[in-house]
Amino acid sequence: MVSELPDAEALLPKLAAELRTHVTPNAAMIGLYTGGAWLAQRLHPMLGLKEPLGLMDIAFYRDDYHKEGLKHDPKRTKIPFDVEGRDLLLVDDVLYTGRTVRAAMNELFDYGRPRSISLVILADRGGRQLPICAQYCGAVVQVPEGMRLRLKRAADGILKLELERGA
Amino acid sequence: MERSPQLNANGELQHLLSIEGLPREILLQILDTAESFVGVTERDIKKVPLLRGKSVFNLFFEPSTRTRTTFEIAAKRLSADVINLNIAVSSQSKGESLLDTVANLSAMHADLFIVRHASSGAPFLIARNVKPHEHVINAGDGRHAHPTQGLLDLFTIRHYKKDFTRLTVAVVGDILHSRVARSLIHGLTTLGTPEVRVIGPQTLLPTGVESLGVRVFHDMREGLKGADVVVMLRLQNERMNGALLPSAQEFFMKYGLTADKLALAKPDAIVMHPGPMNRGVEIDSSVADGPHSVILPQVTFGIAVRMAVMSIVAGN
Repeated sequence: MVSELPDAEALLPKLAAELRTHVTPNAAMIGLYTGGAWLAQRLHPMLGLKEPLGLMDIAFYRDDYHKEGLKHDPKRTKIPFDVEGRDLLLVDDVLYTGRTVRAAMNELFDYGRPRSISLVILADRGGRQLPICAQYCGAVVQVPEGMRLRLKRAADGILKLELERGA
Repeated sequence: MERSPQLNANGELQHLLSIEGLPREILLQILDTAESFVGVTERDIKKVPLLRGKSVFNLFFEPSTRTRTTFEIAAKRLSADVINLNIAVSSQSKGESLLDTVANLSAMHADLFIVRHASSGAPFLIARNVKPHEHVINAGDGRHAHPTQGLLDLFTIRHYKKDFTRLTVAVVGDILHSRVARSLIHGLTTLGTPEVRVIGPQTLLPTGVESLGVRVFHDMREGLKGADVVVMLRLQNERMNGALLPSAQEFFMKYGLTADKLALAKPDAIVMHPGPMNRGVEIDSSVADGPHSVILPQVTFGIAVRMAVMSIVAGN
């Protein structure tokens, strides 16, 4: 089953090539912790964007806080550029329910009013619960019931998609 | 052993009553979460939606400006509704009991109680009697504890000094009446600070203070030598019964922090004070306003730390 998963490293240059044809001079990138941040850290230098990479933890904007509480160790959101009027590339590893992306957009608008937001993801596993879609998608992946698709980063920095138990 | 009333069955923080007995992981969770909230407080829009729809009651049975205000700001930045109760003119003066007051507020759908009380243990009493979805944060009870102040002190120390495990921290002055000192000492010990010193006259040190794991100094110059962090405490005249001190002037001579005494600490030492300061009593103005002072950053960090505590307990 694991062998059917696409090779994350092979998807990277394809995703970058697709993005390169669309980025505007005004574009900037934000990666979502944790997997999206890893992915963004790899994509960002491949695109030659002017602005440094932004990193975001959506813990304070999650819609399941009242059920789940605050998760341990939220990272500090750092957006080292002005969001106002920007064409933003929002990067995450796996797109599933769409709730993370909604939370991220809510947080982003507390920083300013971007001109546009495009969603960049490595893998789309379907199962959307909100009207959200990705503009740039590395691969569509079938995930068996009760499994979770996650991006892992090895000690040498190599990215790899993996399935694990848990929804 | 009976479970600490501040932790739920899963060992998560349900109420914050005291730093004493809090495991290291929870202390670090609070400090790390506060670090992320510092980012929020530096934005133009200093608000996140976590506590939208929650009601936070500030129950201050004892006067406080800074603590009450920073709790109010913190709650508002979490999008909660904040209700400040001026207890001096409330039903308590008409004889209503503490638990009746709380029960009435509970009937108004309270979610969080921020409690300051002159009696040690009052927030514990409330915490034992609230509904499961209600949370209590101790904002100072008698001489016992002031955990959010202790946490913001820990946050400030970590911010400037990074690693607790190589620090010498000196806490100076009226330890006897200070709930701040007690909370801070417990936190420092839990986080592995190798040397915590308390400096003060015998009359202002609690008996058996050594059992907290501190070194005791009566000579301030001796105690400040090589310190990385100097925490000055306010001389609490309002809590003193009888003559524990000859005079404020004499106290300043022996235990007031002046530039020449501070010179005995490490060159990069930081000076902290929980406020409000008595200038010229426990601290000289030149030090309070000097380059080593981080007294005002403490206040700013206090908001992020209180946001962290509220959002952690309200989510558990």
